[in-house]
Amino acid sequence: MAQIFHPSANTIFRLALVLMFLTAGGVVYGALAMDRTPYMTNVDVPVEQPIQFSHQHHAGGLGIDCRYCHTTVEQTAFAGMPTTETCMSCHSQIWTGAAMLEPVRASWNTRQPLSWNRVHDLGDFAYFNHSIHIAKGVGCSTCHGRVDRMQQVWKTHTLRMEWCLQCHKDPASSLRPKNEIYNMNWQPPSDPQKAAELQHQLAKENGIRPEGLTNCSTCHR
Amino acid sequence: MDETRKTYDWDAIRGRLRSEHGRRFWRSLDELSDDPAFETALRQEFPREASVMDSMGRRKFLQLMGASLALAGVTGCGSRGHTPEKIVPYVQKPAALTPGMPLYYATALTFEGFARGVLVQSNMGRPTKIEGNPQHPASLGATDAFMQAEILSLYDPDRSQSVTYRGNASTWGSFLSVLRGDVERQRATRGTGLRFLTEPITSPTLAWQIGEVLRAFPEARWHQYSPCAGFEHQGAMQAFGEPVHTIYHFDRAQIVLSLAGDFLSSGPGAVRYSRDFNALRRVRAEKAEMNRLYCAESVPSLVGAMADHRLPLKPEQIESFAYEIARALGVQVQSSLPPSGVPESWSKALVSDLEQNRGASLVVCGEQLPPHIHAVVHAINAELEAPGKTLSYTRPVQAEPFDALESIKALSRDIGAGRVSTLIIIGGNPVFNAPADLDFGDLLARVNLRVRMGLYEDETSAHCHWHIPQTHELEAWSDARAFDGTTSIMQPLTLPLYAGRSPHELLAEMHGNSGRNSHEIVRHFWMTQRREGFEDFWKKSVHDGVVEKTAMETFTPRLKPLAAAPQRKEATGLSVVFRPDPTIHDGRYANNGWLQELPKPLTKLTWDNVALVSPATAERLGLENRDLVTIRSGERRVQMPIWIMAGQADDCIALQFGYGRTRAGRVANGAGHNAFPLRTSAAAWSSSDVEIRKTGEMYALAATQHHHSMEGREIIHTSTLEEFRHGLQEDAVREAAGGQKQEVSETQTVPAPVLHNVAAEEPPVEPTEPDAVSHPQTHRRTGHGEHAHPSLLKEYAYPGAAWGMVIDQTVCTGCSACVIACQAENNIPIVGKDQVARGREMHWLRIDHYFSGELSNPRSNFQPMLCVHCEKAPCEVVCPVNATVHSAEGLNEMVYNRCIGTRYCSNNCPYKVRRFNFLQYSSHEPAIELMRNPQVTVRDRGVMEKCTYCVQRITAARIEAKKQNRNVRDGEVITACQAACPADAIVFGDINDKGSRVAKLKGEPHNYGVLSELGTQPRTTYLARVRNPHKALTPSPTPTRGEGSKEERG
Repeated sequence: MAQIFHPSANTIFRLALVLMFLTAGGVVYGALAMDRTPYMTNVDVPVEQPIQFSHQHHAGGLGIDCRYCHTTVEQTAFAGMPTTETCMSCHSQIWTGAAMLEPVRASWNTRQPLSWNRVHDLGDFAYFNHSIHIAKGVGCSTCHGRVDRMQQVWKTHTLRMEWCLQCHKDPASSLRPKNEIYNMNWQPPSDPQKAAELQHQLAKENGIRPEGLTNCSTCHR
Repeated sequence: MDETRKTYDWDAIRGRLRSEHGRRFWRSLDELSDDPAFETALRQEFPREASVMDSMGRRKFLQLMGASLALAGVTGCGSRGHTPEKIVPYVQKPAALTPGMPLYYATALTFEGFARGVLVQSNMGRPTKIEGNPQHPASLGATDAFMQAEILSLYDPDRSQSVTYRGNASTWGSFLSVLRGDVERQRATRGTGLRFLTEPITSPTLAWQIGEVLRAFPEARWHQYSPCAGFEHQGAMQAFGEPVHTIYHFDRAQIVLSLAGDFLSSGPGAVRYSRDFNALRRVRAEKAEMNRLYCAESVPSLVGAMADHRLPLKPEQIESFAYEIARALGVQVQSSLPPSGVPESWSKALVSDLEQNRGASLVVCGEQLPPHIHAVVHAINAELEAPGKTLSYTRPVQAEPFDALESIKALSRDIGAGRVSTLIIIGGNPVFNAPADLDFGDLLARVNLRVRMGLYEDETSAHCHWHIPQTHELEAWSDARAFDGTTSIMQPLTLPLYAGRSPHELLAEMHGNSGRNSHEIVRHFWMTQRREGFEDFWKKSVHDGVVEKTAMETFTPRLKPLAAAPQRKEATGLSVVFRPDPTIHDGRYANNGWLQELPKPLTKLTWDNVALVSPATAERLGLENRDLVTIRSGERRVQMPIWIMAGQADDCIALQFGYGRTRAGRVANGAGHNAFPLRTSAAAWSSSDVEIRKTGEMYALAATQHHHSMEGREIIHTSTLEEFRHGLQEDAVREAAGGQKQEVSETQTVPAPVLHNVAAEEPPVEPTEPDAVSHPQTHRRTGHGEHAHPSLLKEYAYPGAAWGMVIDQTVCTGCSACVIACQAENNIPIVGKDQVARGREMHWLRIDHYFSGELSNPRSNFQPMLCVHCEKAPCEVVCPVNATVHSAEGLNEMVYNRCIGTRYCSNNCPYKVRRFNFLQYSSHEPAIELMRNPQVTVRDRGVMEKCTYCVQRITAARIEAKKQNRNVRDGEVITACQAACPADAIVFGDINDKGSRVAKLKGEPHNYGVLSELGTQPRTTYLARVRNPHKALTPSPTPTRGEGSKEERG
């Protein structure tokens, strides 16, 4: 009786086995890699807003302090979004007829609030608090990037737990002096030793105790 | 729930209780009967967990499984961002509001018309949580379960949402045109046919408005009715000949006798009274003193459970007893009533205690006792020099004191005689709860125009032409007075959610203030009261939640000579007493799921009412738990399931009314049985000569008494004051003698008063056994790592805070305010009767109730049980996915997102405090979602959850402290249960801070950890229950087994 399989079938079978595992691994790897692309994380993807508000112009060009609009960033979990009144405090005086500002004027006249699209959207099970980060010396640009250079705002980080934990495991590395919190240009000293000294000093000043920072209940409850 | 019929072997149960090795603490008859079926049910960690699949065949199951496998991959798709969230800022920010920070507004909630001050948390305009107002005399910062649950009533989607005419939707406008036409007709006859029916009213504004209306229509009449109104007013009229209101000062009363007076759980002053009463009850090493409470009652109540000496007496025995006490104290009384049968030693001890504490003793009369007993009690109190010391008399707080039964009877007579053409019913629910002999529902048909204003379109609305949705108390302006007269201006927390109108707005239509809203009306009234500096007065009063200096002035009314005790036909056979339900009251909270599912403090039943009978009566009549019986009194009858209640007076059936609603909403309809058909105006609180007949059916009841049982291990510690002092002395001696030793071993020199250990089958104290059970001092730890237990588990250092809790069982009254506070704070869902019966209730905090002593008159012991946050937590090590972990501050944390629902943690928890979402219990109804605490994750199906020590509150306090670069101060974190507790029994704080209240309490000699002999090192510890029995009624300080019950028996 003739052989059903040619001797090369062994080789083909082995190859097929290897290929199968490679493909499975590849699919998993691909999925994980895909998961980290901006397509999935929305990092670096500008978010369309109902009004073409430019942080580059207001914060970068005019030098308006972050807290002028994000008023509650030092007091509560929520940084605060400007009320229509805040916009109108200037725009009732300047650019009063600009077509771009029509939605703001409409909101002011009809008392209907503006509806912005959220850029930094954390899961509802994570309870992030702006005020404590500000109080302990984490600057705006550490998490939000150079907002002063963004026309329309985008995320510069994934806001995933692994990203949060980088700092929560080593909080000192993200600290800066209190008076530099809102400074978009601030950079740690270029000399690594000086930077380390500064970090050490800031951690001490702010009473940072890293042991509690990785507790689940710090962010989840 | 065990529906199989079984018969108790009463002799065996009694024998077991008396025997040398009997259980000293027990939770129910089923447990005592040692029934094998019960034992099996108890052993099931999650009884009948598969039974939701019962109705599903194998084929269907496989189909579904196949489908879910095939679809498993689909969930991976489309994970890229859900619809982007919106941020909607204000156009103009309201003053005082910081987005993200809750605001608290002072207002008041009424109970039977009386105000209890609250602070309501508002999250961006949504009221979410109710706390007590520390400035309000009826609250002092605490609340009860009803106040806590009002937040759910506010959002209740079943509340009526539109004006209806004969059941069809209509408008406020069309109602007004009808009303105005009628008002014009009434004006012509000076209001001859006009009647108002309200609940008790203390609101000064509403009283003024009613006065205005009655001035415009002099022939009109105002009636008041509440099924819970007792005889306080009639009693005062008999005693003094004028209306007098009584206020107790329990904080000055060393000896209290309660004659069926449940001052701890019901009544307008209950929250305050609980605080005052327990102020003299806390036992500490440096202050080993406490008050003493005697109680004679027919139906076991919270006061009876707290009492040092309690006697179950039938209502007529209590009456006789009141006269006996009066006579023994030297009050002139004439009574030919038969003797009460109270043991002589008992009354002797009581009388000597009362006499020796003149000016510091007090007798409290149950509201439901007849007026002449109230008069006797007033006379006794005068004899005891109580007025001005342990109680004060004031003029009535109510706008018009009334006799509820007379008032509704007069109205019914008028309606029956055709004298009423227009009836306006505001609040209440008379068709459901008026005395049955009045046939109020049928009578209403004789009234031409019937208008009803109420929160729900209920039984009464069904009999009326017009129904007007009423605003909830958190939706409209109003005012009300507290039990001591202190007035609160009530401000709304939100606009009416369901288009309601307030009673002020309705009445304003009738006295020429048409179109005004409640704010204008209340403000207008107060403007007429305070002309000077009104704006400042108004702002301050609204802000504080109390109007300054409005408490009633006390005065001393003159006692009239007591009339002779009325002759009484000797009652034979069975009698019935009526009581409002402990959790849904007279039925008004029937549609409140939180209160429905709140286990009744003593029976631990949920979702139902029962007929309580004593074990002896049950034995005589051959009744079993869950037997459905017919109770007949003449032509009237009700059906009710039986519940055998140890401590109930013999031959006396207690019926709790409020259940059996038919038009209350989705939650209430069909729950329980209606007891009102048996209640007549002649016998409103007790009725004799009733018959009871078994229907032969069993009725399924959902009791939580055995759920999460801890298998009768050493759990509750009790002691008497004498033993406590004795222990302190012994320890002082030991310390003096062996002062050197202290340095060698700290644990051996700690004062160890004799505690009754509660090992199920073991003698109470075994000094030879060197384990934690016999050495209460080893439970005592204020820091960490002091335990001698070897452990395989990781040792943690707690360099920062170490959160801990102490619960004082001596002052816990079992009122269950903490249970509802926890539910409101932590977004805990309700599960329904069927799920409760399967042991799936979700309460993070439960109150275990243990009986001890004799079957006929046991003592009650309450133990709030919640996650004790073990330092060596058995749950943490068995979780396969690290969903429950230990924090640096010693919290045992639950990470919902990681939980896959293996339930191993719950299996391994010796305290049985973990709760699993077997089904999707959390409602996603929009109205209910508005109510949620935004600081706490809402859990969905398949997730384990448990007490977090209110980690959201800890985090908030920690963040605030860290912003100021300091540690959290003692008292900055107050858990929801602690805040609610009227007795101040729960103390929470940082045990690493040696100066904190909680750390100091952990150093008390009677501090112990439940099951800490297992080496779990619980962070929540308990102070042993200390009682203060009279010497003559107590066995010797070191009791031998079997004599413990003498204490109550005399």
